[in-house]
Amino acid sequence: MTNGIRRILNDHARLSVDAASIDGSADLFDAGMSSHASVNVMIALEDAFDIEFPDSMLRRATFASVDAIGGAVARLQAESS
Amino acid sequence: MTTTVEGDTAFVEDVRRIATEIAAPHAVDVDREARFPAETIDALRDCRALSAAVDDRSVSLRAIADACAELARACSSSAMIFAMHQIQVLTIARHADGAAWFGEYLREAAGEQRLIASITSEIGTGGDMGSSIAAVTPTAAGCSFRKEASTISYGAFADDYLTTLRRRPGAQPGDQVLALSARDQTHLEQLDAWDALGMRGTCSPGFVVEAAFPPCQVLDVSFAQVCGESMVPISHVLWSHVWLGIAAEAFERARRYARASSRGATQTGRTNALSQVAADLIQLRATVACGLDDFLARDLPGREPLSTVGAALRFNNLKLAASEQASKVCHGALRVCGMQGYRNDTPYSVGRHVRDALSAALMVANDRIHAADGPMLLVTKDI
Repeated sequence: MTNGIRRILNDHARLSVDAASIDGSADLFDAGMSSHASVNVMIALEDAFDIEFPDSMLRRATFASVDAIGGAVARLQAESS
Repeated sequence: MTTTVEGDTAFVEDVRRIATEIAAPHAVDVDREARFPAETIDALRDCRALSAAVDDRSVSLRAIADACAELARACSSSAMIFAMHQIQVLTIARHADGAAWFGEYLREAAGEQRLIASITSEIGTGGDMGSSIAAVTPTAAGCSFRKEASTISYGAFADDYLTTLRRRPGAQPGDQVLALSARDQTHLEQLDAWDALGMRGTCSPGFVVEAAFPPCQVLDVSFAQVCGESMVPISHVLWSHVWLGIAAEAFERARRYARASSRGATQTGRTNALSQVAADLIQLRATVACGLDDFLARDLPGREPLSTVGAALRFNNLKLAASEQASKVCHGALRVCGMQGYRNDTPYSVGRHVRDALSAALMVANDRIHAADGPMLLVTKDI
């Protein structure tokens, strides 16, 4: 899953660094992801993992790092299985 | 410190008196000369209105918002300056996070009734407040910055400046923080004159700003978080109250004109038009009140309900709706008043209100807000 997340980040987050090698806890917003780009990341994650983020999870903190995104996706997948 | 109904009422009453006795009689001159409404701001200082939200009175946001609307009925520029100052005060108070320097600063600012301007605009960022070029730059003595701001409202008249900057040289444009610099730490070079269609008393030309200050004057928290939890929703709540005040006064002039011109016999055409304007005003008032209520309901410890995509859409839409509706009311009032409203020298003149209200759709352009909202709508489930 992490590789999928990193691929989406490379496609949509417009980071100043390669998402494949960014630290899992590194702040993606500090690494250049804009609010606008983060929305595109949200859409791509929903499509790729066949999940829907509830509005309460559509927050900056949910998408602030690779680890945070991984945790959120895993939680939604566990809830739907 | 807790908000009291009596404290709120006394504060709003003070501001209403200043609006009526000081702001209103000077409003035409402030507008005509495009000058800073010094007498009104001084009167607000005299009753400690600049610090009301953060001093021992702890006046509520609802009272601050009501005060914005009261001032705007008399002088839009005074009201917008007051609103912008309160946005800076509340931003600092909500995000100082126990930092000793900012705590002491707020006490001093209250004692001296210091007026705070914001420096968020920057030449070269295309109007995107979420991007900065200028950065907090370490120096031997602390830190400094040089920023070319396309507009700073009451920049020449403020005591302190709250500026968006990249966190450090080399940081991404969106990796921003806020720094507070006092006038004696800040050098401003005015770039152009301020001769605008409306909001002329806000005196908002461009400046090149250079400042040097100790690192403790930088707020630690990321500006993006400040924006979402405080600056954007509070701005839109307070601005919309300013626009409501402008619209309410334009309507009142139209009502008085319709009454005066009826000469005992009701002119159906005019009163029908007045009724349409009233409907628009009432809708505007509901929109604005609902926005404030929604902010207060979401402003819980941790502020999580303010930090969602849904919240961003909510308060962006408050701005879109209130700005368009306020202009509609002012235009409607102009139609009711006809030439008596179009002229600048009658008691029914609403030209200033029409011009001032037109700024609402432009200060953070509505087109830009729609462009930001569009993609967010694709992920939000509950609109």
